[in-house]
Amino acid sequence: MVENRPFLSFLTHLVLIVGVLIVVFPVYLAFIASTHGPTDFMSGLVPLLPGDQMVANYGYLLGSGESTAGAPPFTLMLLNSLWMALLIAFGKISISILSAFAIVYFRFPLRTVAFWVIFMTLMLPIEVRILPTYKVVADLGMLNSYSGLVIPVIASATATFLFRQFFLTVPEELMEAARVDGAGPMKFFRDILLPLSRTNIAALFIIMFIYGWNQYLWPMLITTEPHYYTVVMGIKRLANVLDGDNQWNLVMTGVILAGLPPVLVIIFMQRLFVKGLVETEK
Amino acid sequence: MGPVFGPVLIGIVMQTKRTVFQARLLPYALLAPQLIITLIFFVWPALQAVRQSFMREDPFGLSEKFVWFQNYTRLIGDASYLNSLSVTFVFAAGVTAVSMTVSLLFAVCVNRAIKSGRFYTTMLVWPYALAPAASGLLWWFMFNPSVGLIPYVLNMVGYDWNHRLHEGDAMILIIIAASWKQISYNFLFFVAGLQSVPHSLTEAAAIDGAGPVKRFWTVVFPLLSPTAFFLAVINITYAMFDTLPIIDAVTTGGPSQSTNILVYKVYADGFIGLSLGPSAAQSVVLMLIVVLLTVVQFRWVERKVQY
Repeated sequence: MVENRPFLSFLTHLVLIVGVLIVVFPVYLAFIASTHGPTDFMSGLVPLLPGDQMVANYGYLLGSGESTAGAPPFTLMLLNSLWMALLIAFGKISISILSAFAIVYFRFPLRTVAFWVIFMTLMLPIEVRILPTYKVVADLGMLNSYSGLVIPVIASATATFLFRQFFLTVPEELMEAARVDGAGPMKFFRDILLPLSRTNIAALFIIMFIYGWNQYLWPMLITTEPHYYTVVMGIKRLANVLDGDNQWNLVMTGVILAGLPPVLVIIFMQRLFVKGLVETEK
Repeated sequence: MGPVFGPVLIGIVMQTKRTVFQARLLPYALLAPQLIITLIFFVWPALQAVRQSFMREDPFGLSEKFVWFQNYTRLIGDASYLNSLSVTFVFAAGVTAVSMTVSLLFAVCVNRAIKSGRFYTTMLVWPYALAPAASGLLWWFMFNPSVGLIPYVLNMVGYDWNHRLHEGDAMILIIIAASWKQISYNFLFFVAGLQSVPHSLTEAAAIDGAGPVKRFWTVVFPLLSPTAFFLAVINITYAMFDTLPIIDAVTTGGPSQSTNILVYKVYADGFIGLSLGPSAAQSVVLMLIVVLLTVVQFRWVERKVQY
Protein backbone atom coordinates (compact mmCIF):
# COMPACT_ATOMS: atom_id res chain seq x y z
CA MET A 1 0.00 0.00 0.00
CA VAL A 2 1.37 3.35 -1.01
CA GLU A 3 -0.33 5.59 1.52
CA ASN A 4 -2.75 5.22 4.39
CA ARG A 5 -6.36 5.97 3.54
CA PRO A 6 -8.73 4.75 6.23
CA PHE A 7 -11.87 5.18 4.13
CA LEU A 8 -10.41 3.23 1.23
CA SER A 9 -9.35 0.42 3.57
CA PHE A 10 -12.86 0.31 4.95
CA LEU A 11 -14.26 0.13 1.43
CA THR A 12 -11.79 -2.63 0.54
CA HIS A 13 -12.96 -4.80 3.40
CA LEU A 14 -16.58 -4.03 2.68
CA VAL A 15 -16.22 -5.18 -0.93
CA LEU A 16 -14.41 -8.33 0.13
CA ILE A 17 -16.98 -9.20 2.76
CA VAL A 18 -19.75 -8.77 0.21
CA GLY A 19 -17.67 -10.91 -2.15
CA VAL A 20 -17.30 -13.70 0.37
CA LEU A 21 -21.04 -13.53 1.03
CA ILE A 22 -21.83 -13.85 -2.68
CA VAL A 23 -19.54 -16.84 -2.91
CA VAL A 24 -20.63 -18.55 0.30
CA PHE A 25 -24.33 -17.80 0.50
CA PRO A 26 -25.67 -20.21 -2.16
CA VAL A 27 -23.79 -23.04 -0.48
CA TYR A 28 -24.99 -21.96 2.96
CA LEU A 29 -28.56 -22.02 1.73
CA ALA A 30 -28.04 -25.45 0.16
CA PHE A 31 -26.63 -26.76 3.42
CA ILE A 32 -29.56 -25.33 5.39
CA ALA A 33 -32.00 -26.94 2.96
CA SER A 34 -30.21 -30.26 3.42
CA THR A 35 -31.00 -30.22 7.14
CA HIS A 36 -34.77 -29.91 6.71
CA GLY A 37 -37.64 -32.24 5.95
CA PRO A 38 -39.73 -31.74 2.77
CA THR A 39 -42.65 -30.21 4.68
CA ASP A 40 -40.49 -27.29 5.83
CA PHE A 41 -40.75 -25.80 2.34
CA MET A 42 -44.54 -25.48 2.49
CA SER A 43 -44.45 -21.82 3.51
CA GLY A 44 -43.20 -20.97 0.01
CA LEU A 45 -39.79 -19.83 1.18
CA VAL A 46 -36.61 -21.71 1.98
CA PRO A 47 -35.79 -21.87 5.69
CA LEU A 48 -32.78 -19.74 6.64
CA LEU A 49 -31.75 -21.58 9.80
CA PRO A 50 -30.72 -25.24 10.22
CA GLY A 51 -33.37 -27.87 10.83
CA ASP A 52 -33.17 -31.24 12.54
CA GLN A 53 -33.33 -33.61 9.57
CA MET A 54 -29.64 -33.51 8.67
CA VAL A 55 -28.78 -37.03 9.83
CA ALA A 56 -31.94 -38.40 8.24
CA ASN A 57 -31.30 -36.78 4.83
CA TYR A 58 -27.62 -37.62 4.57
CA GLY A 59 -28.18 -41.08 5.99
CA TYR A 60 -30.97 -41.73 3.50
CA LEU A 61 -28.99 -40.67 0.42
CA LEU A 62 -25.73 -42.32 1.48
CA GLY A 63 -27.45 -45.50 2.58
CA SER A 64 -30.28 -46.28 0.19
CA GLY A 65 -30.25 -43.52 -2.44
CA GLU A 66 -33.31 -42.49 -4.37
CA SER A 67 -34.23 -45.38 -6.61
CA THR A 68 -37.24 -43.56 -8.14
CA ALA A 69 -34.79 -40.95 -9.47
CA GLY A 70 -32.43 -43.56 -10.87
CA ALA A 71 -29.94 -42.72 -8.17
CA PRO A 72 -28.17 -45.60 -6.44
CA PRO A 73 -26.81 -45.04 -2.90
CA PHE A 74 -24.52 -42.03 -2.81
CA THR A 75 -21.83 -44.10 -1.11
CA LEU A 76 -21.51 -46.08 -4.33
CA MET A 77 -21.55 -42.99 -6.57
CA LEU A 78 -19.02 -41.18 -4.39
CA LEU A 79 -16.70 -44.18 -4.56
CA ASN A 80 -17.13 -44.35 -8.34
CA SER A 81 -16.29 -40.66 -8.62
CA LEU A 82 -13.28 -41.03 -6.35
CA TRP A 83 -12.02 -44.01 -8.32
CA MET A 84 -12.61 -42.24 -11.65
CA ALA A 85 -10.95 -39.00 -10.50
CA LEU A 86 -7.88 -40.77 -9.09
CA LEU A 87 -7.45 -42.90 -12.22
CA ILE A 88 -7.85 -39.89 -14.53
CA ALA A 89 -5.34 -37.82 -12.56
CA PHE A 90 -2.88 -40.71 -12.36
CA GLY A 91 -3.34 -41.62 -16.03
CA LYS A 92 -2.96 -38.07 -17.33
CA ILE A 93 0.19 -37.47 -15.33
CA SER A 94 1.82 -40.81 -16.21
CA ILE A 95 1.37 -40.64 -19.95
CA SER A 96 2.16 -36.93 -20.10
CA ILE A 97 5.38 -37.07 -18.12
CA LEU A 98 6.61 -39.90 -20.38
CA SER A 99 5.71 -37.93 -23.53
CA ALA A 100 7.45 -34.81 -22.24
CA PHE A 101 10.53 -36.86 -21.39
CA ALA A 102 10.64 -38.24 -24.93
CA ILE A 103 10.19 -34.80 -26.50
CA VAL A 104 12.81 -33.01 -24.42
CA TYR A 105 15.52 -35.65 -23.96
CA PHE A 106 15.57 -37.34 -27.37
CA ARG A 107 15.92 -36.29 -30.99
CA PHE A 108 14.15 -38.58 -33.40
CA PRO A 109 12.32 -38.45 -36.72
CA LEU A 110 8.66 -37.30 -36.47
CA ARG A 111 9.26 -35.49 -33.19
CA THR A 112 7.45 -32.39 -34.47
CA VAL A 113 4.57 -34.48 -35.78
CA ALA A 114 4.17 -36.18 -32.41
CA PHE A 115 4.13 -32.81 -30.72
CA TRP A 116 1.43 -31.43 -32.98
CA VAL A 117 -0.73 -34.51 -32.57
CA ILE A 118 -0.61 -33.99 -28.80
CA PHE A 119 -1.27 -30.30 -29.29
CA MET A 120 -4.42 -31.12 -31.27
CA THR A 121 -6.17 -32.54 -28.20
CA LEU A 122 -6.47 -28.93 -27.02
CA MET A 123 -8.57 -28.14 -30.04
CA LEU A 124 -10.88 -31.16 -29.81
CA PRO A 125 -12.87 -30.98 -26.59
CA ILE A 126 -15.37 -33.79 -26.12
CA GLU A 127 -18.27 -31.43 -26.82
CA VAL A 128 -17.34 -31.12 -30.50
CA ARG A 129 -16.98 -34.84 -31.19
CA ILE A 130 -19.61 -36.39 -28.93
CA LEU A 131 -21.26 -38.88 -31.27
CA PRO A 132 -18.25 -40.35 -33.10
CA THR A 133 -16.32 -40.72 -29.83
CA TYR A 134 -19.27 -42.48 -28.28
CA LYS A 135 -19.36 -44.80 -31.28
CA VAL A 136 -15.64 -45.65 -30.98
CA VAL A 137 -16.04 -46.45 -27.29
CA ALA A 138 -19.13 -48.53 -27.98
CA ASP A 139 -17.33 -50.45 -30.76
CA LEU A 140 -14.47 -51.19 -28.40
CA GLY A 141 -16.96 -52.59 -25.88
CA MET A 142 -16.01 -50.01 -23.26
CA LEU A 143 -19.50 -48.75 -22.39
CA ASN A 144 -20.35 -49.21 -18.72
CA SER A 145 -16.82 -49.81 -17.54
CA TYR A 146 -14.17 -47.95 -15.60
CA SER A 147 -11.81 -48.15 -18.55
CA GLY A 148 -14.46 -46.43 -20.68
CA LEU A 149 -14.85 -43.68 -18.07
CA VAL A 150 -11.14 -43.08 -17.80
CA ILE A 151 -9.03 -44.01 -20.84
CA PRO A 152 -10.69 -41.81 -23.50
CA VAL A 153 -10.11 -38.66 -21.43
CA ILE A 154 -6.53 -39.13 -20.18
CA ALA A 155 -4.67 -37.67 -23.15
CA SER A 156 -3.41 -34.29 -21.98
CA ALA A 157 -1.65 -31.58 -23.90
CA THR A 158 -1.57 -29.19 -20.94
CA ALA A 159 0.13 -31.70 -18.65
CA THR A 160 2.63 -32.57 -21.38
CA PHE A 161 3.43 -28.87 -21.93
CA LEU A 162 3.86 -28.29 -18.20
CA PHE A 163 6.34 -31.14 -17.79
CA ARG A 164 8.15 -30.15 -20.95
CA GLN A 165 8.50 -26.61 -19.65
CA PHE A 166 9.83 -27.93 -16.35
CA PHE A 167 12.29 -30.38 -17.93
CA LEU A 168 13.80 -27.57 -19.99
CA THR A 169 14.72 -25.78 -16.74
CA VAL A 170 16.46 -28.85 -15.29
CA PRO A 171 20.24 -28.18 -15.47
CA GLU A 172 21.99 -29.90 -18.38
CA GLU A 173 24.79 -30.96 -16.02
CA LEU A 174 22.54 -33.43 -14.24
CA MET A 175 22.02 -35.43 -17.38
CA GLU A 176 25.63 -35.17 -18.43
CA ALA A 177 26.73 -36.38 -15.00
CA ALA A 178 24.28 -39.26 -15.16
CA ARG A 179 25.61 -40.24 -18.58
CA VAL A 180 29.22 -40.12 -17.36
CA ASP A 181 28.18 -42.43 -14.53
CA GLY A 182 26.76 -44.81 -17.13
CA ALA A 183 23.08 -44.32 -16.29
CA GLY A 184 20.67 -45.09 -19.13
CA PRO A 185 17.70 -42.88 -19.99
CA MET A 186 15.16 -44.76 -17.85
CA LYS A 187 17.44 -44.83 -14.84
CA PHE A 188 17.98 -41.08 -15.24
CA PHE A 189 14.21 -40.59 -15.52
CA ARG A 190 13.45 -42.66 -12.45
CA ASP A 191 16.24 -41.58 -10.12
CA ILE A 192 16.69 -37.94 -11.06
CA LEU A 193 13.84 -36.49 -13.12
CA LEU A 194 10.91 -38.01 -11.19
CA PRO A 195 12.12 -36.89 -7.75
CA LEU A 196 12.78 -33.39 -9.12
CA SER A 197 9.24 -33.24 -10.54
CA ARG A 198 7.53 -34.06 -7.24
CA THR A 199 6.04 -30.62 -6.61
CA ASN A 200 4.84 -30.27 -10.19
CA ILE A 201 3.29 -33.71 -10.10
CA ALA A 202 1.47 -32.92 -6.85
CA ALA A 203 0.16 -29.57 -8.12
CA LEU A 204 -1.00 -31.10 -11.36
CA PHE A 205 -2.56 -34.02 -9.53
CA ILE A 206 -4.86 -31.64 -7.66
CA ILE A 207 -6.01 -29.89 -10.84
CA MET A 208 -6.54 -33.18 -12.66
CA PHE A 209 -8.31 -34.77 -9.70
CA ILE A 210 -10.83 -31.93 -9.66
CA TYR A 211 -11.19 -32.14 -13.43
CA GLY A 212 -11.83 -35.87 -13.15
CA TRP A 213 -14.26 -35.62 -10.27
CA ASN A 214 -16.32 -32.99 -12.10
CA GLN A 215 -16.69 -34.94 -15.36
CA TYR A 216 -20.30 -34.69 -16.49
CA LEU A 217 -21.11 -35.24 -20.13
CA TRP A 218 -18.82 -38.21 -20.66
CA PRO A 219 -19.99 -40.37 -17.70
CA MET A 220 -23.57 -39.45 -18.55
CA LEU A 221 -23.17 -40.76 -22.10
CA ILE A 222 -21.35 -43.99 -21.48
CA THR A 223 -22.85 -45.27 -18.23
CA THR A 224 -26.35 -46.68 -18.39
CA GLU A 225 -25.95 -49.12 -15.50
CA PRO A 226 -26.50 -47.51 -12.08
CA HIS A 227 -23.56 -49.53 -10.83
CA TYR A 228 -21.20 -47.15 -12.71
CA TYR A 229 -22.96 -43.84 -12.03
CA THR A 230 -20.82 -41.02 -10.72
CA VAL A 231 -22.02 -38.49 -8.21
CA VAL A 232 -21.98 -35.33 -10.38
CA MET A 233 -24.34 -36.85 -12.93
CA GLY A 234 -26.28 -38.42 -10.06
CA ILE A 235 -27.30 -35.09 -8.58
CA LYS A 236 -28.70 -33.96 -11.91
CA ARG A 237 -30.94 -37.02 -12.15
CA LEU A 238 -32.00 -36.38 -8.59
CA ALA A 239 -32.89 -32.77 -9.39
CA ASN A 240 -34.91 -33.76 -12.46
CA VAL A 241 -37.18 -36.09 -10.55
CA LEU A 242 -37.35 -34.55 -7.10
CA ASP A 243 -38.12 -31.03 -8.30
CA GLY A 244 -41.61 -32.25 -9.12
CA ASP A 245 -41.94 -33.90 -5.71
CA ASN A 246 -40.81 -30.74 -3.90
CA GLN A 247 -38.01 -32.70 -2.21
CA TRP A 248 -35.41 -29.95 -2.54
CA ASN A 249 -33.91 -30.95 0.79
CA LEU A 250 -32.67 -34.18 -0.80
CA VAL A 251 -31.45 -32.47 -3.98
CA MET A 252 -29.39 -30.04 -1.93
CA THR A 253 -28.09 -32.87 0.27
CA GLY A 254 -26.85 -34.48 -2.95
CA VAL A 255 -25.23 -31.25 -4.15
CA ILE A 256 -23.37 -30.85 -0.84
CA LEU A 257 -22.19 -34.48 -0.97
CA ALA A 258 -20.98 -34.12 -4.56
CA GLY A 259 -19.20 -30.82 -3.90
CA LEU A 260 -17.57 -31.47 -0.57
CA PRO A 261 -14.64 -33.74 -1.57
CA PRO A 262 -13.09 -31.47 -4.25
CA VAL A 263 -13.73 -28.34 -2.17
CA LEU A 264 -11.89 -29.88 0.79
CA VAL A 265 -8.99 -30.77 -1.49
CA ILE A 266 -8.67 -27.13 -2.57
CA ILE A 267 -9.02 -25.67 0.91
CA PHE A 268 -6.41 -27.95 2.43
CA MET A 269 -3.96 -27.81 -0.45
CA GLN A 270 -4.46 -24.23 -1.55
CA ARG A 271 -0.80 -23.45 -2.20
CA LEU A 272 -0.29 -26.46 -4.48
CA PHE A 273 -3.63 -25.84 -6.16
CA VAL A 274 -2.78 -22.23 -7.03
CA LYS A 275 0.61 -23.31 -8.36
CA GLY A 276 -0.97 -26.01 -10.48
CA LEU A 277 -3.68 -23.74 -11.85
CA VAL A 278 -1.50 -20.78 -12.74
CA GLU A 279 1.22 -22.94 -14.31
CA THR A 280 -0.91 -25.24 -16.42
CA GLU A 281 -2.29 -22.23 -18.25
CA LYS A 282 1.08 -20.84 -19.26
CA MET B 1 20.54 -22.28 -32.02
CA GLY B 2 20.18 -20.93 -35.51
CA PRO B 3 17.56 -18.42 -36.58
CA VAL B 4 14.00 -19.53 -35.95
CA PHE B 5 11.79 -19.46 -38.99
CA GLY B 6 8.03 -19.35 -38.78
CA PRO B 7 6.05 -18.73 -35.66
CA VAL B 8 7.98 -18.49 -32.43
CA LEU B 9 5.87 -21.30 -31.04
CA ILE B 10 7.51 -23.82 -33.33
CA GLY B 11 10.88 -22.54 -32.16
CA ILE B 12 9.91 -23.17 -28.56
CA VAL B 13 8.41 -26.51 -29.39
CA MET B 14 11.50 -27.84 -31.04
CA GLN B 15 13.81 -27.02 -28.16
CA THR B 16 15.66 -30.00 -26.66
CA LYS B 17 18.56 -30.47 -24.34
CA ARG B 18 22.04 -29.63 -25.65
CA THR B 19 22.94 -33.27 -25.34
CA VAL B 20 20.29 -35.92 -25.77
CA PHE B 21 20.05 -39.64 -25.10
CA GLN B 22 20.77 -41.96 -27.99
CA ALA B 23 18.02 -44.50 -28.50
CA ARG B 24 16.19 -45.56 -31.61
CA LEU B 25 12.92 -47.03 -30.31
CA LEU B 26 12.64 -45.80 -26.73
CA PRO B 27 11.22 -42.32 -27.52
CA TYR B 28 8.44 -43.88 -29.59
CA ALA B 29 7.61 -46.28 -26.79
CA LEU B 30 7.46 -43.39 -24.34
CA LEU B 31 5.12 -41.44 -26.59
CA ALA B 32 2.97 -44.41 -27.57
CA PRO B 33 0.32 -44.32 -24.80
CA GLN B 34 -0.40 -40.62 -25.31
CA LEU B 35 -0.38 -40.85 -29.11
CA ILE B 36 -2.52 -43.98 -29.32
CA ILE B 37 -5.20 -42.50 -27.06
CA THR B 38 -5.11 -39.22 -28.94
CA LEU B 39 -5.46 -40.89 -32.32
CA ILE B 40 -8.23 -43.33 -31.30
CA PHE B 41 -10.35 -41.06 -29.10
CA PHE B 42 -9.62 -37.58 -30.46
CA VAL B 43 -8.35 -37.47 -34.01
CA TRP B 44 -10.31 -40.37 -35.48
CA PRO B 45 -13.69 -39.25 -34.07
CA ALA B 46 -12.97 -35.70 -35.23
CA LEU B 47 -12.29 -36.98 -38.76
CA GLN B 48 -15.51 -38.99 -38.59
CA ALA B 49 -17.41 -35.84 -37.64
CA VAL B 50 -15.92 -34.02 -40.63
CA ARG B 51 -16.83 -36.90 -42.97
CA GLN B 52 -20.32 -37.19 -41.51
CA SER B 53 -20.90 -33.47 -42.00
CA PHE B 54 -20.82 -34.00 -45.77
CA MET B 55 -23.24 -36.94 -45.65
CA ARG B 56 -26.96 -37.32 -45.27
CA GLU B 57 -28.55 -40.47 -43.87
CA ASP B 58 -32.00 -41.69 -44.79
CA PRO B 59 -34.46 -41.69 -41.88
CA PHE B 60 -33.86 -45.34 -41.09
CA GLY B 61 -30.07 -45.03 -41.02
CA LEU B 62 -29.73 -47.67 -43.73
CA SER B 63 -27.85 -45.69 -46.33
CA GLU B 64 -26.05 -42.41 -46.63
CA LYS B 65 -25.11 -40.23 -49.50
CA PHE B 66 -22.59 -37.50 -50.12
CA VAL B 67 -24.32 -34.12 -50.18
CA TRP B 68 -21.38 -31.71 -50.39
CA PHE B 69 -22.03 -28.62 -48.27
CA GLN B 70 -25.77 -29.12 -47.98
CA ASN B 71 -25.66 -29.69 -44.21
CA TYR B 72 -23.75 -26.43 -43.84
CA THR B 73 -25.94 -24.37 -46.13
CA ARG B 74 -28.99 -25.64 -44.27
CA LEU B 75 -27.45 -24.50 -41.00
CA ILE B 76 -27.14 -20.97 -42.33
CA GLY B 77 -30.80 -20.98 -43.28
CA ASP B 78 -31.95 -22.67 -40.07
CA ALA B 79 -33.70 -20.21 -37.77
CA SER B 80 -33.08 -22.33 -34.66
CA TYR B 81 -29.35 -22.46 -35.42
CA LEU B 82 -29.14 -18.71 -35.92
CA ASN B 83 -31.04 -18.29 -32.68
CA SER B 84 -28.53 -20.57 -30.97
CA LEU B 85 -25.68 -18.47 -32.36
CA SER B 86 -27.08 -15.27 -30.96
CA VAL B 87 -27.95 -16.93 -27.63
CA THR B 88 -24.34 -18.16 -27.38
CA PHE B 89 -23.04 -14.69 -28.17
CA VAL B 90 -25.15 -13.02 -25.47
CA PHE B 91 -24.31 -15.73 -22.95
CA ALA B 92 -20.53 -15.71 -23.60
CA ALA B 93 -20.37 -11.91 -23.56
CA GLY B 94 -22.45 -11.79 -20.37
CA VAL B 95 -20.40 -14.40 -18.52
CA THR B 96 -17.08 -12.88 -19.59
CA ALA B 97 -18.10 -9.33 -18.65
CA VAL B 98 -19.76 -10.18 -15.32
CA SER B 99 -17.23 -12.61 -14.01
CA MET B 100 -14.15 -10.62 -15.10
CA THR B 101 -15.43 -7.33 -13.68
CA VAL B 102 -16.37 -8.86 -10.35
CA SER B 103 -13.11 -10.81 -10.02
CA LEU B 104 -10.99 -7.80 -10.92
CA LEU B 105 -12.71 -5.80 -8.20
CA PHE B 106 -12.07 -8.57 -5.65
CA ALA B 107 -8.45 -8.98 -6.77
CA VAL B 108 -7.74 -5.26 -6.44
CA CYS B 109 -9.21 -5.33 -2.93
CA VAL B 110 -7.28 -8.43 -1.85
CA ASN B 111 -4.12 -6.83 -3.18
CA ARG B 112 -4.77 -3.84 -0.89
CA ALA B 113 -5.77 -5.83 2.18
CA ILE B 114 -2.32 -7.23 2.80
CA LYS B 115 -2.82 -8.73 6.25
CA SER B 116 -6.13 -10.45 5.67
CA GLY B 117 -5.55 -11.15 1.97
CA ARG B 118 -4.85 -14.83 2.54
CA PHE B 119 -8.07 -15.41 4.43
CA TYR B 120 -10.15 -13.70 1.75
CA THR B 121 -8.33 -15.61 -0.98
CA THR B 122 -9.20 -18.94 0.64
CA MET B 123 -12.81 -17.88 0.98
CA LEU B 124 -13.03 -16.76 -2.65
CA VAL B 125 -11.25 -19.56 -4.53
CA TRP B 126 -13.02 -22.76 -3.52
CA PRO B 127 -15.96 -22.53 -6.00
CA TYR B 128 -13.36 -23.55 -8.59
CA ALA B 129 -13.65 -27.06 -7.15
CA LEU B 130 -17.41 -27.33 -7.65
CA ALA B 131 -18.69 -29.11 -10.72
CA PRO B 132 -20.49 -26.78 -13.15
CA ALA B 133 -23.58 -28.96 -12.70
CA ALA B 134 -23.44 -28.44 -8.93
CA SER B 135 -23.03 -24.69 -9.26
CA GLY B 136 -25.96 -24.68 -11.68
CA LEU B 137 -28.12 -26.53 -9.17
CA LEU B 138 -27.17 -24.16 -6.34
CA TRP B 139 -28.44 -21.20 -8.34
CA TRP B 140 -31.39 -23.19 -9.67
CA PHE B 141 -32.39 -23.58 -6.02
CA MET B 142 -31.75 -19.91 -5.12
CA PHE B 143 -33.99 -18.91 -8.04
CA ASN B 144 -36.54 -21.70 -7.71
CA PRO B 145 -39.91 -20.10 -8.50
CA SER B 146 -41.72 -22.08 -5.77
CA VAL B 147 -39.41 -21.75 -2.79
CA GLY B 148 -36.32 -19.80 -3.91
CA LEU B 149 -35.11 -16.87 -1.87
CA ILE B 150 -34.49 -14.49 -4.76
CA PRO B 151 -37.92 -14.86 -6.46
CA TYR B 152 -39.42 -14.31 -3.00
CA VAL B 153 -37.53 -11.04 -2.59
CA LEU B 154 -38.20 -10.01 -6.20
CA ASN B 155 -41.88 -10.71 -5.68
CA MET B 156 -41.96 -8.21 -2.82
CA VAL B 157 -40.74 -5.49 -5.16
CA GLY B 158 -43.31 -6.54 -7.74
CA TYR B 159 -41.24 -8.66 -10.14
CA ASP B 160 -42.64 -12.06 -11.06
CA TRP B 161 -39.52 -14.22 -11.54
CA ASN B 162 -40.00 -17.43 -13.47
CA HIS B 163 -37.11 -18.75 -15.52
CA ARG B 164 -39.25 -21.66 -16.70
CA LEU B 165 -41.50 -19.28 -18.59
CA HIS B 166 -39.61 -16.03 -19.13
CA GLU B 167 -36.74 -16.17 -21.60
CA GLY B 168 -34.89 -13.20 -20.11
CA ASP B 169 -35.03 -14.70 -16.62
CA ALA B 170 -33.58 -17.98 -17.87
CA MET B 171 -30.67 -16.21 -19.56
CA ILE B 172 -29.93 -14.14 -16.44
CA LEU B 173 -29.99 -17.30 -14.33
CA ILE B 174 -27.46 -19.21 -16.42
CA ILE B 175 -25.21 -16.15 -16.74
CA ILE B 176 -25.17 -15.78 -12.95
CA ALA B 177 -24.54 -19.48 -12.33
CA ALA B 178 -21.75 -19.67 -14.93
CA SER B 179 -20.10 -16.41 -13.83
CA TRP B 180 -20.21 -17.34 -10.15
CA LYS B 181 -18.33 -20.55 -10.83
CA GLN B 182 -15.67 -18.72 -12.86
CA ILE B 183 -14.96 -15.90 -10.36
CA SER B 184 -12.33 -17.86 -8.45
CA TYR B 185 -10.35 -18.64 -11.59
CA ASN B 186 -10.25 -15.06 -12.87
CA PHE B 187 -9.57 -13.78 -9.38
CA LEU B 188 -6.41 -15.89 -9.00
CA PHE B 189 -5.00 -14.74 -12.33
CA PHE B 190 -5.78 -11.10 -11.62
CA VAL B 191 -4.11 -11.36 -8.20
CA ALA B 192 -1.02 -12.86 -9.85
CA GLY B 193 -1.07 -10.05 -12.42
CA LEU B 194 -1.45 -7.34 -9.77
CA GLN B 195 1.39 -8.73 -7.71
CA SER B 196 3.74 -8.44 -10.66
CA VAL B 197 3.10 -4.69 -11.00
CA PRO B 198 6.29 -3.04 -9.65
CA HIS B 199 5.78 -1.06 -6.46
CA SER B 200 8.19 1.60 -7.67
CA LEU B 201 5.73 2.55 -10.42
CA THR B 202 2.70 3.03 -8.16
CA GLU B 203 4.87 4.86 -5.63
CA ALA B 204 6.22 7.21 -8.27
CA ALA B 205 2.68 7.95 -9.43
CA ALA B 206 1.64 8.61 -5.82
CA ILE B 207 4.51 11.04 -5.32
CA ASP B 208 3.40 12.81 -8.49
CA GLY B 209 0.06 13.30 -6.78
CA ALA B 210 -2.07 10.63 -8.49
CA GLY B 211 -4.83 9.30 -6.20
CA PRO B 212 -5.64 5.58 -5.91
CA VAL B 213 -8.31 5.61 -8.62
CA LYS B 214 -6.17 7.50 -11.09
CA ARG B 215 -3.18 5.27 -10.28
CA PHE B 216 -5.27 2.21 -11.01
CA TRP B 217 -6.46 3.38 -14.41
CA THR B 218 -3.23 4.98 -15.64
CA VAL B 219 -0.56 2.68 -14.17
CA VAL B 220 -1.93 -0.63 -12.96
CA PHE B 221 -4.65 -1.36 -15.49
CA PRO B 222 -2.49 -0.98 -18.62
CA LEU B 223 0.02 -3.40 -17.09
CA LEU B 224 -2.80 -5.86 -16.43
CA SER B 225 -4.07 -5.80 -19.99
CA PRO B 226 -2.17 -8.94 -21.14
CA THR B 227 -3.73 -10.86 -18.22
CA ALA B 228 -7.12 -9.42 -19.03
CA PHE B 229 -6.82 -10.37 -22.68
CA PHE B 230 -5.75 -13.90 -21.83
CA LEU B 231 -8.63 -14.23 -19.35
CA ALA B 232 -11.12 -12.92 -21.90
CA VAL B 233 -10.16 -15.73 -24.29
CA ILE B 234 -10.30 -18.33 -21.51
CA ASN B 235 -13.70 -17.05 -20.34
CA ILE B 236 -15.19 -17.10 -23.82
CA THR B 237 -13.95 -20.67 -24.25
CA TYR B 238 -15.36 -21.59 -20.85
CA ALA B 239 -18.75 -20.05 -21.58
CA MET B 240 -18.98 -21.66 -25.00
CA PHE B 241 -17.84 -25.17 -24.11
CA ASP B 242 -17.57 -25.94 -20.39
CA THR B 243 -21.02 -24.73 -19.39
CA LEU B 244 -22.96 -27.56 -21.00
CA PRO B 245 -23.64 -29.16 -17.56
CA ILE B 246 -25.06 -25.88 -16.27
CA ILE B 247 -27.50 -25.64 -19.17
CA ASP B 248 -28.40 -29.31 -18.87
CA ALA B 249 -29.01 -29.12 -15.13
CA VAL B 250 -30.79 -25.76 -15.03
CA THR B 251 -32.77 -25.01 -18.19
CA THR B 252 -32.14 -27.80 -20.76
CA GLY B 253 -31.99 -25.05 -23.35
CA GLY B 254 -35.43 -23.63 -22.72
CA PRO B 255 -37.82 -21.94 -22.42
CA SER B 256 -38.43 -21.97 -26.17
CA GLN B 257 -34.71 -22.33 -27.07
CA SER B 258 -33.74 -19.14 -25.26
CA THR B 259 -30.75 -20.76 -23.52
CA ASN B 260 -29.90 -23.32 -26.18
CA ILE B 261 -26.20 -22.49 -26.65
CA LEU B 262 -24.28 -24.09 -29.52
CA VAL B 263 -22.69 -26.97 -27.57
CA TYR B 264 -25.98 -27.85 -25.99
CA LYS B 265 -27.68 -27.83 -29.37
CA VAL B 266 -25.05 -30.17 -30.83
CA TYR B 267 -25.57 -32.52 -27.92
CA ALA B 268 -29.36 -32.32 -28.06
CA ASP B 269 -29.64 -32.62 -31.86
CA GLY B 270 -27.08 -35.40 -32.13
CA PHE B 271 -27.62 -37.50 -29.05
CA ILE B 272 -31.25 -36.98 -28.31
CA GLY B 273 -32.55 -36.05 -31.78
CA LEU B 274 -30.17 -38.44 -33.62
CA SER B 275 -29.88 -36.31 -36.77
CA LEU B 276 -26.30 -37.20 -37.70
CA GLY B 277 -25.35 -35.07 -40.68
CA PRO B 278 -26.64 -31.70 -39.42
CA SER B 279 -25.27 -32.38 -35.93
CA ALA B 280 -21.86 -33.23 -37.42
CA ALA B 281 -21.88 -29.99 -39.42
CA GLN B 282 -22.53 -28.11 -36.18
CA SER B 283 -19.64 -30.01 -34.54
CA VAL B 284 -17.27 -28.98 -37.30
CA VAL B 285 -18.28 -25.32 -36.94
CA LEU B 286 -17.56 -25.59 -33.20
CA MET B 287 -14.19 -27.21 -33.92
CA LEU B 288 -13.26 -24.24 -36.10
CA ILE B 289 -14.23 -21.90 -33.25
CA VAL B 290 -12.02 -23.80 -30.79
CA VAL B 291 -9.13 -23.75 -33.25
CA LEU B 292 -9.54 -20.00 -33.61
CA LEU B 293 -9.68 -19.44 -29.84
CA THR B 294 -6.65 -21.68 -29.27
CA VAL B 295 -4.61 -19.84 -31.87
CA VAL B 296 -5.51 -16.49 -30.30
CA GLN B 297 -4.61 -17.83 -26.87
CA PHE B 298 -1.24 -19.14 -28.00
CA ARG B 299 -0.37 -15.94 -29.78
CA TRP B 300 -0.73 -14.33 -26.38
CA VAL B 301 1.73 -16.82 -24.90
CA GLU B 302 4.06 -16.15 -27.80
CA ARG B 303 4.09 -12.41 -27.18
CA LYS B 304 4.67 -12.99 -23.51
CA VAL B 305 7.68 -15.16 -24.29
CA GLN B 306 9.20 -12.42 -26.41
CA TYR B 307 9.00 -9.79 -23.68
